[in-house]
Amino acid sequence: MTATTLTRPRPAATVPAGRPRRRLKPGRPIPFGGAVGPLLLLAVWAAGSAAGWLDPRTLSAPWTVVTTAGDLIADGRLQDNLAISAQRAGLGLVIGTVIGTVLALLAGLSRWGEAILDGPIQIKRAIPALALIPLLVLWFGIGEQMKVITITLGVFVPVYIHTHNGLRTIDTRYVELGESLRLRRTDFIRRIVLPGALPGFLLGMRFAVVGAWLSLVVVEQINSTSGIGYMMELAREYGQTDVIIVGLVLYGLLGLLSDGAVRLAQRRALSWRRTMAD
Amino acid sequence: MATHHGGLTATRTVRVQGLLRRFGERAVLDGFDLEIGAGEFVALLGRSGSGKSTLLRALAGLDGDVQGSGLVDVPENSSVVFQDARLLPWQRVLDNVLLGLRGPDAPQRGLAALAEVGLAGRERAWPNELSGGEQQRVALARALVSEPELLLADEPFGALDALTRLRMHGLLRELCARHRPTVLLVTHDVDEAITLADRVLLLDAGRIAVDVAIDLPAPRSHRQSQFLAYRETLLRALGVDPTEA
Ligand SMILES: Nc1ncnc2c1ncn2[C@@H]1O[C@H](COP(=O)(O)OP(=O)(O)O)[C@@H](O)[C@H]1O
Ligand SMILES: [Mg+2]
Repeated sequence: MTATTLTRPRPAATVPAGRPRRRLKPGRPIPFGGAVGPLLLLAVWAAGSAAGWLDPRTLSAPWTVVTTAGDLIADGRLQDNLAISAQRAGLGLVIGTVIGTVLALLAGLSRWGEAILDGPIQIKRAIPALALIPLLVLWFGIGEQMKVITITLGVFVPVYIHTHNGLRTIDTRYVELGESLRLRRTDFIRRIVLPGALPGFLLGMRFAVVGAWLSLVVVEQINSTSGIGYMMELAREYGQTDVIIVGLVLYGLLGLLSDGAVRLAQRRALSWRRTMAD
Repeated sequence: MATHHGGLTATRTVRVQGLLRRFGERAVLDGFDLEIGAGEFVALLGRSGSGKSTLLRALAGLDGDVQGSGLVDVPENSSVVFQDARLLPWQRVLDNVLLGLRGPDAPQRGLAALAEVGLAGRERAWPNELSGGEQQRVALARALVSEPELLLADEPFGALDALTRLRMHGLLRELCARHRPTVLLVTHDVDEAITLADRVLLLDAGRIAVDVAIDLPAPRSHRQSQFLAYRETLLRALGVDPTEA
């Protein structure tokens, strides 16, 4: 060390005062953090196939799956089945969301609505969607109607539960504010009830989109002649592992994409909230 | 609840007669009477739990689920300011001010009200981006934008620091001089009551124990001997030794 460095004054501002405080928040978000886990999984799968640890009859290699997907796209089977599946899921999702939201509003805004609706919906929640299928088949046959109704039943419950919970947990101080400002009922619902219940509704939607794809798998693998589930079921009969995996990857992608869409909507709609994740 | 809401006379803004409010067996207000003249600024003092909020909520018509009876005669057009600013966190500042306001000129009026409380330019901010004092100023703008005949405020500055509170006193005085509403300000701060009000009431055991007109020239301060005399009277009535306060 030389004399010059010794005489140079230390900039006081950069010296931390004492130990830095422990951060309780999880820290800065990792860019594309959501992709890290899936990519790692893919890497393990590829390595396993390349090294020959995975029998192609048990689990086809990623590149086989990609070529198979290419073939399926070339002969149009993938698009056709995907379109039909997406239509079923989308229709069930829309109808289920509307029903769930309307029921939640009825139950949340009126005591009678709650008394009449909440019990039966809680009972429905306790019955797995799968267990209802025999009855639905008897009632509606094995056509599109039964499929969309099954998906709708799977969707409306989480939408109802979370929206209703969101409504019930709106701070009564805001209700009092609405009363003190003599808000009309429509304004009260538009400015206080709906925005107050929005976080709950969006959480319900995240469960609902995943639920829609889950119900889709179930209805398409029984009594179906089209859709991704049917394509996979057929592949099972012919022992085509690669086609099954194409279907699985597709389901996974669809689930991820739709969940991502809801999360994006969440971020946009709830930008007023400051939470630990931000 | 057998409370009667009737019309009002020209010189009187508030009339309360034989008001009873009870929680379970305990009557918080019993045979309570009160009259407030038009344009009067009244401060209501009282120990914690003496029923100040109960009275204010009765006047605001916010106590529909409380047991009671009596006559409450207040103007239809009255506003409430709460101790917490009570802004809707999911609405921007301007939309909070416009809540419940109707008419084609509502946005202009909202902007003017925000400018009046010194928040011009913050209309697109979210409430949680504002400081406590700024939030309470938005609440004041929201209360006054409808040009209320009666302003009911329940410890509106209770949660603010001393310096911010002093600045809010100045602002409230200014706004009241301009809009001339009748004011009932609930507070536990004797100095705040004497500084702001034309008349100070002290609530004790469900009744008005002290009712004094404050006759002091502006600017009011501790340097006025009359100020200290009012202070001593009110503190004694609250059961506090003035030499210790
Ligand atoms: N919702 C309530 N249920 C039961 N008791 C209450 C309720 N609100 C107020 N009280 C009681 O009434 C009394 C007066 O309360 P309040 O008017 O809030 O007092 P202050 O505003 O003067 O501090 C207190 O003893 C309080 O415990
Ligand atoms: Mg109180």
